[in-house]
Amino acid sequence: MKEKILTNVRIIDPSQKMDEIGNIVIDEKGKIKSIGKKSGTSKSAEKIDLKGLVAIPGLVDMKAFVGEPGFEYKENFRTLSQAALAGGVTSIVTMPNTKPVIDNVSMVDFIIRRGRDKAKVNLFPCASITRQIEGNQMTEFGLLKARGIIGFSDVNKTIQNSELMSRIMNYASDIDVLIMQHAEDYELAKNSCINQGEVATRLGLQGVSDIAEKIIIERDLSLLSEFPCRYHINQISSKNSLNVIKKNKSNGIKFSTGVSINNLSLNQNDIGEFRTFLKLSPPLRSEEDRLSLIEGIKNDLINVIVSDHIPEDEESKRLPFAQAATGSIGIETLLSLSLELYHNESLPLEKIIKCLTINPAKILKIDKGSLKEGSDADICIFDLEKPWVVKAEELKSKSKNTAVENRKLQGKVKMTLLNGEIAYSN
Amino acid sequence: MATTKKVTAIKNTPKHLLGIQNLSVLEAKEILTEAKSFIKLNRGSSKKLDVLRGKTQINLFFEPSTRTQSSFDLAGKRLGADVMTMNMGNSALKKGETLIDTAMTLNAMHPDIIVIRHQDSGAPNLLSQKVNCTVINAGDGRREHPTQALLDALTIINRKGKIEGLKIAICGDILHSRVARSNIYLMNMLGAEVNVIAPKTLMPKGIDNLGVKSFTDMKKGLDGCDIVMMLRLQNERMQGSFLPSKREYYEFFGLTPDKLKFAKKDALLMHPGPMNRGVEIDTKLADDINVSLVKEQVELGVAVRMACLKLYCK
Repeated sequence: MKEKILTNVRIIDPSQKMDEIGNIVIDEKGKIKSIGKKSGTSKSAEKIDLKGLVAIPGLVDMKAFVGEPGFEYKENFRTLSQAALAGGVTSIVTMPNTKPVIDNVSMVDFIIRRGRDKAKVNLFPCASITRQIEGNQMTEFGLLKARGIIGFSDVNKTIQNSELMSRIMNYASDIDVLIMQHAEDYELAKNSCINQGEVATRLGLQGVSDIAEKIIIERDLSLLSEFPCRYHINQISSKNSLNVIKKNKSNGIKFSTGVSINNLSLNQNDIGEFRTFLKLSPPLRSEEDRLSLIEGIKNDLINVIVSDHIPEDEESKRLPFAQAATGSIGIETLLSLSLELYHNESLPLEKIIKCLTINPAKILKIDKGSLKEGSDADICIFDLEKPWVVKAEELKSKSKNTAVENRKLQGKVKMTLLNGEIAYSN
Repeated sequence: MATTKKVTAIKNTPKHLLGIQNLSVLEAKEILTEAKSFIKLNRGSSKKLDVLRGKTQINLFFEPSTRTQSSFDLAGKRLGADVMTMNMGNSALKKGETLIDTAMTLNAMHPDIIVIRHQDSGAPNLLSQKVNCTVINAGDGRREHPTQALLDALTIINRKGKIEGLKIAICGDILHSRVARSNIYLMNMLGAEVNVIAPKTLMPKGIDNLGVKSFTDMKKGLDGCDIVMMLRLQNERMQGSFLPSKREYYEFFGLTPDKLKFAKKDALLMHPGPMNRGVEIDTKLADDINVSLVKEQVELGVAVRMACLKLYCK
């Protein structure tokens, strides 16, 4: 490819504490050659003027479900990567709860080959922590890691057995693998589909208390103090969990925490009269919880914002609330919804971008989420002010179960570069 | 000749009766007024009207029910509708058909009213979005049972003359009860003061925000009450998971003549049925015609359902 130069663009890159207007020069290999206001120019380069726009590292989404294999009717590599690029996401951590489950080496080879052929983004596959995601026996962490697995997650299932969890941590610590836990106590959460409280009482639905989340976090962090490993809490949803995290961080326990953009942007009242697209796990909780999660990001208790992209076909959602499938799509709206938190003055822009780029990259130990010289030119370029309305039928995902249908947002992706090539523009 | 149209609070067909939460005070009062006119008719020897002649009513029951189902059945027939009752407990669902599939099938037969009972909260709401006839909720999960609350209100009005200013206690398994929820909304709406009494494990979170006072002590909760509504406690809840035993529940929460004395002297007793005698209620008390309104509730149930069918099916 030809050398490219992006000019007059506001560059925000938390990995090098940069927020300035300047140029980005991309070399023939698709790497960043120079960046910033002092960045040089080159006559032979293809020039793209981006005046008035913002450039940030391509987003790293730590939690998305791609339907392949087994659920191609919900999403596939092609549609997922189209949705991702339209949302400025260039690196995706994919979940292993496919059919069959990604819990063995041959499945990893399949998924990596298939992803390479069909997807246009960087894919980082996860394998399950336990075989068949049954919570009984651990998978081959070492072999799977050697084949290219980035981390281990039972997705929306939790290791209930404390003894097994301690062994997982103990074993993982030795070979430096990342364990990502979904925190929910099964007994406390039994049959539940919504947060416990007034809304659940009015709708007549079985609610789950935030204790179900807190109790697993407390257990895991106790175990972690005995068996320190790379441990990440996928998504938290409540103020109570945050207090536990705060206490443990101040005691010097090392771990990281994520939150879904849904829990930052919505609360249980948005469920209205049984809107099944807002049936999520962890569930949407109170406004107080939502505000505390924003505080959590401010205080660095929460490090990552994820889309928790779960495509579901209409049939799985058009059911009574208790029977409907859990989850919503979100990879394409991840950035715009996050920018809402900047526009309504909840969070500083730099902090939001940090949680979407360099922070997840560091946790995953991958060379992404940064525009430092020499790194891959995965760049998201967006218009910070552009207003738009979310319309499900315009989203690129194969499934249209967005939790924010008709929401008025401000800030939209204009162009996405992958390895220096324009992979998306509108 | 120009006819003046009768002004009603219930308009916009097809309109659904999904819950008391969606009703205005005017609508509730209109149903009750209409129902009153049917009480006499039901006691007479000729009970048949032709208000709904030519209309088709489908009773779609996904959960077993005796009184509600027969009450709706009779109500429709007395108004002249063609009534078909479908017990879905063991047919379509077991074949993997979803609620929406069933709804579409039935919709193709052009019913005018579907009366639905379903074990999932919100099922009638979902159904109402997919069919183009009136949907009446005959009980969904633990959310609402609007016609039960309306018949309870009519029963109270029939005896006490009004609801405004009364103090009503609802006792028992509030957590799992749709009857409790619908009654809380309706009695509040009609100006009563509502107390709920239950052991803590059967009290839903956030209930106080629904405009009630909650108690765990019958003595305090029944104090000064005009009406005592007892709820059915299901057997499976009594075996250690929510409560230690039947015996212990009866001791503290079962309604006995002694406990009824905590309420007003002329307090009346109600129960949506079916009763667990000796569990939530003393058996003699349940049959005491001076205190118990249970039979009247069943009787007026037909009148209330006739009113709902008539007003909502236009």
